Amino acid sequence: MYAFVTGPLAWIAFTVFFVGLIVRAVWYVRGLDWRLDRVSYGVNAGYGLRGALRSIVRWLIPYGTHSWRFYSGYTAIIFIFHIGLLLTPVFLLAHNLLLEERWGVRLPALSEAMADTLTVAVLIAAVAILLRRFALPEVRILTKCYDILVLLIAVTPFWTGFLAYHQVGPYRFWLIAHILAGELLLVAIPLTKLSHFLLFFLSRAQIGMDFGIKRGGMKSKGMQW
Amino acid sequence: MPEGLLCNKTPVDTVEQLQALLADKSGKQYYDEMLQLEVDVPALWATLQKTLKSRLRTWLSLCAHCGMCADSCFFYLANDRDPSQVPSYKIQATLGEMVRRKGRVDNAFMRDAMDAAYSKCTCCNRCALYCPFGIDTGVMFSYLRGLLFSQGFVPWEMKIGSGMHRIYRAQMDVTSEDWVETCSWMCDEYQEDWPGLEFPVDKPDADIIYTVNAREVKHYPEDLADAAVLFHLAGENWTVPSKGWEETSLAMFAGDWAGCKQQVEEVYAAMERLKPKRMVVTECGHAYRATVIEGPYWAGRKSGKTPIDSFHYVEWVAEALRTGKLKIDPAKKIKEPVTYQDSCNYIRNGGLREYAREIMGYIAEDFREMQPCGEHNFCCGGGGGLNGIGRYREQRNIGLKVKRDQILATGAKLVVTPCHNCWDAVRDLEEHFHIGIRWSFLKPLLLKMVIVPEHLRPEE
Repeated sequence: MYAFVTGPLAWIAFTVFFVGLIVRAVWYVRGLDWRLDRVSYGVNAGYGLRGALRSIVRWLIPYGTHSWRFYSGYTAIIFIFHIGLLLTPVFLLAHNLLLEERWGVRLPALSEAMADTLTVAVLIAAVAILLRRFALPEVRILTKCYDILVLLIAVTPFWTGFLAYHQVGPYRFWLIAHILAGELLLVAIPLTKLSHFLLFFLSRAQIGMDFGIKRGGMKSKGMQW
Repeated sequence: MPEGLLCNKTPVDTVEQLQALLADKSGKQYYDEMLQLEVDVPALWATLQKTLKSRLRTWLSLCAHCGMCADSCFFYLANDRDPSQVPSYKIQATLGEMVRRKGRVDNAFMRDAMDAAYSKCTCCNRCALYCPFGIDTGVMFSYLRGLLFSQGFVPWEMKIGSGMHRIYRAQMDVTSEDWVETCSWMCDEYQEDWPGLEFPVDKPDADIIYTVNAREVKHYPEDLADAAVLFHLAGENWTVPSKGWEETSLAMFAGDWAGCKQQVEEVYAAMERLKPKRMVVTECGHAYRATVIEGPYWAGRKSGKTPIDSFHYVEWVAEALRTGKLKIDPAKKIKEPVTYQDSCNYIRNGGLREYAREIMGYIAEDFREMQPCGEHNFCCGGGGGLNGIGRYREQRNIGLKVKRDQILATGAKLVVTPCHNCWDAVRDLEEHFHIGIRWSFLKPLLLKMVIVPEHLRPEE
C-alpha cells in the first residue's frame, strides 16, 4: 500500500498538479481578449506590467491594501492560514528527507517545533474560517457545501500528518491517510476553486492591467489598492 | 405574446418607435408587456459562450465566497447590511445562475435579473478594490445588462435613452440644430457682460474641442455659457463641433453596446474632422467614462485611446490654475467648510483623484475629505443610470443614505460635485432628507472667484 501511494499514485497526483496548472494558465491567458475585456493588453504593455505588479504585490503584503486593513481580524487569519499552508509541506524535514532519498536533493528544513506551530496554526485558522462562514450572515448566504469541501481538502493533509508524526493512534493508517490526503490536495488544486493557488496571480494581474492601462493608470501613480 | 409592441428585443431606431414609448406614461404598458416577453434561450446561450471568456468565467467560478465584498457595497450598507445585497450574492444569483443553467432561464428570472442589474448595482466598481482576487462585480453587472438588453429586459427609461442615442446621437432628443442654436443664443446672451466672448462652432485646428452632456443644452444652457466664459478668460483657442458634441451614453447604462459604438464614433469623427489638439469634456463622470475610457474599445480602437488626447474638465481646470491661465482672487476663495464628491467614473475608474485635490487647494480654504475618499469613495447613490429610472426610485433613495452620512460627517454644507449624476443624486438626497446642504459644479464657483484680466472686463 505504502509503495503504491508513494509510487504510481504520487506520480499521477504530481502530474495532474503540474499539467493541470499549466493548462489553467494557458487557458486563462489565451482567453483574455482586448475587445471583450476592453483592455488594450498588448499596445500598452508597460502600463499593464506596472499595474499588474502593483496589484499583485500590494495584495501579498499583510495589511498592504485598504481591504486587508478594513477586515483586520480576518486578514490575520487568512495570512496565517496561507503562510502555514504553503511553507509547511515544502520545508517539512520529513518531506525533504523523502525528497533526498528519491531525488538526491533537498531544501532547508523547518525545526520540529516550527512545523508543529505552523500546522496547529493552519488548523486553528481553518476552524476560524469555518466558524466565520456560519457566524456572519453576509458570508453564510454565500456559503456552499463546495466551499467547506475545498477547505476540508486543503487542511486534511495537516491534521492527518500531525497525527501520524506524533503517532497518535495507528501510525501506518494515519501515514497512508496523510499521503492520500496530500495527493488529493495536489489533484484538487488545478481542478477546483483551489486553483486560486495560480489564478490569484493571474486574476490580480488582469485587474491590475485593467486599472493600469484603461482605468486611470496612465493618468495617475496607479491604483491605491 | 412573445414580443410586445413596446417591450421587445428590438432596439429603438426610429422616431415612431421612440414616440410610442414616450407616450406610454411611466412605462405602464411597457412593463405589462414585459410580463409576457419570451426569453430567446438559444441566443442567450450563444452569446454567453461567445463572450464569457477567461476574465468573467474565472471571476464567477473562483469567488471564494469570503464576503469581503460586502462592506464595499453602499447598497449593502444602506439596506441595514441585508445579506442579499452582498455583491457576490447578487451576481451569483443572476449572471452566475444564468451560466449554470446554460441560459435556460424564464421570464421571471430575467425580470429579477433586471431588477438586480439596474437597482442593486450602479456599476461603481468599488467592490473590485476589496476582493483579494480582484473580482469586479460592477463589470459583471454591466455585462449582465448587455445580455438583458439584448433580450428586451431593460427598464423603460433605459430603452428610451439608448434609442435617443441611436436616433439623435444625444440623450433627451436634443438635435444638432438645437445644440448649435443654443450655443449661438448663449453667446448672444453673455456677450454684453463678456465683450469679445465667442462660441466657435466647427472651427478647425483649435487647441481644444469641447464636448458636453445633452442635458446642459436642454436644461442648463448657462453651464455652456460658463464654460465659454472660462475658456475666454483663460485665453484658450477652443471650439465645439456641430456634430459629435454629446459625450454621454445612456446606451452604456442600458447595456446597448451597438448604440454605444454609434455614439462614440460620432464624437471621434468630430475629432478627426476638426483636428483639434485635444478634447475636453464637461463636468460629467459617465460621459468621460463612456467616450474616453470605454469608447475606444467599442469603436474597435486597438490602442485603447481616443483619436486625440482627451481630458475631463477637472484636468483642464487644474492645469489652468496651475499654469496661471485662470487666477483665483484669494479674497474670494471658499471660506466655509467644503467637501468634494469623487465620481466613480473619473476618480476610481479614471485615476483623476489628484487633479480634484489640486483644484480644491486653489479654491477652498477649508477643504474636508469625505471618508472614505478618492478611489475608495462611495458612489453618490445615483450612478449607472439609477437616477433616471422611476421603477427603482425607492431603492435609489435608500441607497442615498450612505452619501448623506458621509457628507454630514465632514461638517461641510457645500458639496462640490463635478459630475452630472453625482450632482443630481446630491440634490435629490437634500430634497429627500433635508440635511441643509448646497451643491455645485465647478464652473459657477470658479466664475465667482476668478480674476478677470483688465482687457476682458466690460466697459463701465
